[in-house]
Amino acid sequence: MSDAKMSSGLSRRMFMTASVSAAAVMPLANSPTRAAQPESAKPAEPRDLSAVSIRVNKQAYNLALDNRTSLLDALRDHVGLTGTKKGCDHGQCGACTVLIDGKRVLSCLSFAVMNQGREITTVEGLASTDGELHPVQQAFIDHDAFQCGYCTPGQIMSAIGCINEGHAGSEDDIREYMSGNLCRCAAYPNIVAAIVQARDETRRA
Amino acid sequence: MRPFVYERPTSVSAAIAMASGPDAVRVPPTGADTQFIAGGTNLADYMKLGVTRPERLLDLNTLAEPALRQIRIDDDTIRFGALVRMGEAADNNDVRRRCPLLADSLKFAASGQLRNMASLGGNVLQRTRCEYFREISWPCNKREPGSGCAAMEGSNRQHAVLGTSDACIATYHGDFAQALVALDATVDIEGSRGRRKLAFAKLHRRPGETPDIETDLAADELITAIEVPLAPWSSRSRYLKIRDRESYAFALASAAVALDMDGETVRSARIALGGVATVPWRAREAEDALQGKVLDEATAQEAAEAAFADARPREHNAFKIPLGKRTLVRALLETRNMKG
Repeated sequence: MSDAKMSSGLSRRMFMTASVSAAAVMPLANSPTRAAQPESAKPAEPRDLSAVSIRVNKQAYNLALDNRTSLLDALRDHVGLTGTKKGCDHGQCGACTVLIDGKRVLSCLSFAVMNQGREITTVEGLASTDGELHPVQQAFIDHDAFQCGYCTPGQIMSAIGCINEGHAGSEDDIREYMSGNLCRCAAYPNIVAAIVQARDETRRA
Repeated sequence: MRPFVYERPTSVSAAIAMASGPDAVRVPPTGADTQFIAGGTNLADYMKLGVTRPERLLDLNTLAEPALRQIRIDDDTIRFGALVRMGEAADNNDVRRRCPLLADSLKFAASGQLRNMASLGGNVLQRTRCEYFREISWPCNKREPGSGCAAMEGSNRQHAVLGTSDACIATYHGDFAQALVALDATVDIEGSRGRRKLAFAKLHRRPGETPDIETDLAADELITAIEVPLAPWSSRSRYLKIRDRESYAFALASAAVALDMDGETVRSARIALGGVATVPWRAREAEDALQGKVLDEATAQEAAEAAFADARPREHNAFKIPLGKRTLVRALLETRNMKG
């Protein structure tokens, strides 16, 4: 992030991301006593930052985080990947679903510091490097499985988990095992159809 | 959220040592400054809401003991390590084959994501979702002893009709615990004063005058395993859960039923009721009513009447009494129709 870049034609998203990162970095620069301490150093204080190393979409990140930071906030505000959405922030809506070591979980109810060494996959990590979409992403487009799109990253991550777990056998199974992902636009029939298609493609592959 | 220190104990004994101190016996675990965290699905939520305010979290996911993560099944028991995730237990084919009630009580709880996170030890210790408990601006005897109960005269549609007191009517919302209390499960507990085995039925305390004391545990005690005896009734067992929506909701009423049948006659019935009580609720009066009887709609109805004889409704939750009875009757008849 540089001032020159800031003053040029930045998108709102880029500007917000830049501002948030700057805010997050500041305490580190201004108050070295609050920086992450090695484990053997003086007893930890509640406001100390913790060193957290995670891999996100196959890339390593070394972060210094307040222990209160949820994995969701770490991904959005510190790693800068805003594809994972904050809906309710209380584990009720599923918008924040990511894969941790291949399993679908709610990033809003996981403290980032508890994910040391874990491999996180977010919606940004699904498409191949040449831009080809993941079968679940393509199926959501093919079946128009969204309206506003806010729940979609969580739906897609959860659908991948659901298929991998073997819980997408029937449409009833899909409805039961996808019930943790709410869609206020009620695109549910299309979401089920998309998952059926992706399931069949995954099985063929 | 109150800032907290985060630590990673590497063994059960280390975790207990880190949690023990003068407070560990004085304060109930839910109010202790040092708290254990495993899945975090309940605790992280309540920390965000300011309901629980620990200043130190001990992460149990770094404990090294392999047994904590294992499901062991032999001829007469199923033993779940406390760190086994709900989803793993629900998907275990042997658990389902030996005792469908256990598998279904897990399958129909929470969501796929939450089941991948939540540990079994944490699941049975989950705290009520009473709306007045969750929102700290309301009086709540469970959250702040002596402050009163806003649910008594408030919106109490979700609240309990069994096991209530003048201090608290908050529902225990868990499902797995209903299966465990019906099946005479035990929990292995380890603490600074040693190890003990406790009947699951004695783990949770009814609110009485002290709704803030929810369990028999001290703050430096850990559940390390849950053991379920396998018996003639285990395979003919079922969990029926009735909700406002088809999935991903707490029970308005649920029934855990396990039957040992001699032809059409009940040799032994195990029954627990969810969504209607303040603690995991064994319905012994209903079990006694069925003992030695031919199980049909009439005897099932008699059992349901016995189960709810002492129910105390409030303004908005009286519907739970007929709903709870119908849920139990249906669960009993469906379980009867299963193969033993």
